[in-house]
Amino acid sequence: MKRVFTKPEKLKIFYKETIHEIDKLGLSSISIVAIISVFMGAVITIQTAYNTENPIYPAYLIGLTARDTLLLEFSSTIVALILAGKMGSNISSEIGSMRVTEQIDALEIMGINSANYLILPKITAAVLFAPFLTLMSMVIGLFGGWIAGISTGVMTSQQYIYGIQYAFIPYYITYALIKIVIFVFLITTISSYHGYYSYGGALDVGRSSTKAVVHSSIFILLFNVILTQLLLS
Amino acid sequence: MIELQNISKSFDGIEVIKDINIVFEKGKTNLIIGQSGSGKTVLLKSIVGLLDIDKGNILYDDIVFNTLNFEDKKQLRQKMGMLFQGGALFDSNTVEENVMFPLDMLTNMSFDEKRDRANECLKRVNIINANHLYPDEISGGMKKRVAIARAIALNPKYLFCDEPNSGLDPKTAILIDNLIKEITIEYDMTTVVNTHDMNSVMEIGDKVMFIHNGENWWEGTRDEIFNTENEELNSFIFASKLSRKIRDLEK
Ligand SMILES: Nc1ncnc2c1ncn2[C@@H]1O[C@H](COP(=O)(O)OP(=O)(O)OP(=O)(O)O)[C@@H](O)[C@H]1O
Ligand SMILES: [Mg+2]
Repeated sequence: MKRVFTKPEKLKIFYKETIHEIDKLGLSSISIVAIISVFMGAVITIQTAYNTENPIYPAYLIGLTARDTLLLEFSSTIVALILAGKMGSNISSEIGSMRVTEQIDALEIMGINSANYLILPKITAAVLFAPFLTLMSMVIGLFGGWIAGISTGVMTSQQYIYGIQYAFIPYYITYALIKIVIFVFLITTISSYHGYYSYGGALDVGRSSTKAVVHSSIFILLFNVILTQLLLS
Repeated sequence: MIELQNISKSFDGIEVIKDINIVFEKGKTNLIIGQSGSGKTVLLKSIVGLLDIDKGNILYDDIVFNTLNFEDKKQLRQKMGMLFQGGALFDSNTVEENVMFPLDMLTNMSFDEKRDRANECLKRVNIINANHLYPDEISGGMKKRVAIARAIALNPKYLFCDEPNSGLDPKTAILIDNLIKEITIEYDMTTVVNTHDMNSVMEIGDKVMFIHNGENWWEGTRDEIFNTENEELNSFIFASKLSRKIRDLEK
């Protein structure tokens, strides 16, 4: 694995591959993250509204709760779990099938550091792009909450907008961004590892891609606990 | 020239390659023949360093390859070309991009130079008008030829082929065999070919090693092989009815 993190032989090719991966891993995840965020924002808002029907809670607290849930957990951890499914299976099946069809051997025999050539652009692309996905998820999630809030009539638009600005802690955004960067780093390295060390045939590629998703998810949940303790305490 | 000195390789305590000694000569097609499972692929992958050997030395023109560090191995590998059993073309690249790939990665040639060189190699293996097709869109025989073109793009000194004609019809198989032989002479390479096809032995076998249960059981030339007394080799060569019939007719 240390061979992954060496200087690429040709920076131009490394940049080209990284751009290609941003397209493949990042841009293609925008729609799924957007769809899930808008619905989750809506659900969080409605649930908070029905759980706080007691009039002593002011209605703007709904907006505040929706905001903090999105910022603290949803837009980093849940988005990362979704990306684990999408990126994880994509990466490990791509690298795995290159392994079993001897394409990785072909790279090695040309005198190319295959681990570096195949994996580093993926890690770089994911780490660079994931913060945008998280920021986008926050904005879209809040928008989903707003739509749900006013269309179900649990509160007014003003109350929601007041709520999402009330007692706002900017550090929560930094916190979410730190988390997502670490999570996608875990996803890309774990999935690449499972792909790179698959052997056998097509069946084994499927197996390593399942392992990639499961292990990435478990590590995300584990690191979520650790990071929350480290960053918020 | 490639020399193997007392090469051994085992997996989980089972010795697959046992103490092999042999010299593969320059400008010749050296064949490794043997039954399925006898260790041909493992031996070839050990020679090029895709597998680490447990014992012995591998010499490439007097350079001891197996003790080199990763960087020096990389340097030497740039002088090797290899044709894999399934072709191992990069599926997301076109035929032309596949052949240009080693040039992209390892040279500082301009785009036009790289494309010209790629086309020269493709023409050498008789692939014309397929530059923009993807590996999925060409036949098995074409894949092998494109893989040969890619393997020779950097003018290698050593060429390795793992079962270059498996899965091909007899005519195409002989075409590929002869292509390998011609290229070997043209580029004055040391070529090592794995095969279980006796036709290949007849067509291109300058030097032949018979590997049996991981051992160098017999070595010699194409002409010597049909007059050998070696029992295992004989049963390998004359496994088919057709070959036995020819032998009896000749006698
Ligand atoms: N990675 C591995 N781990 C364990 N055993 C292996 C491995 N690779 C090969 N073997 C064993 O080594 C032996 C030789 O295999 P090898 O692939 O070299 O045969 P071969 O002569 O190339 O056969 P074929 O003509 O079918 O390609 C087999 O018994 C195989 O099971
Ligand atoms: Mg084999």
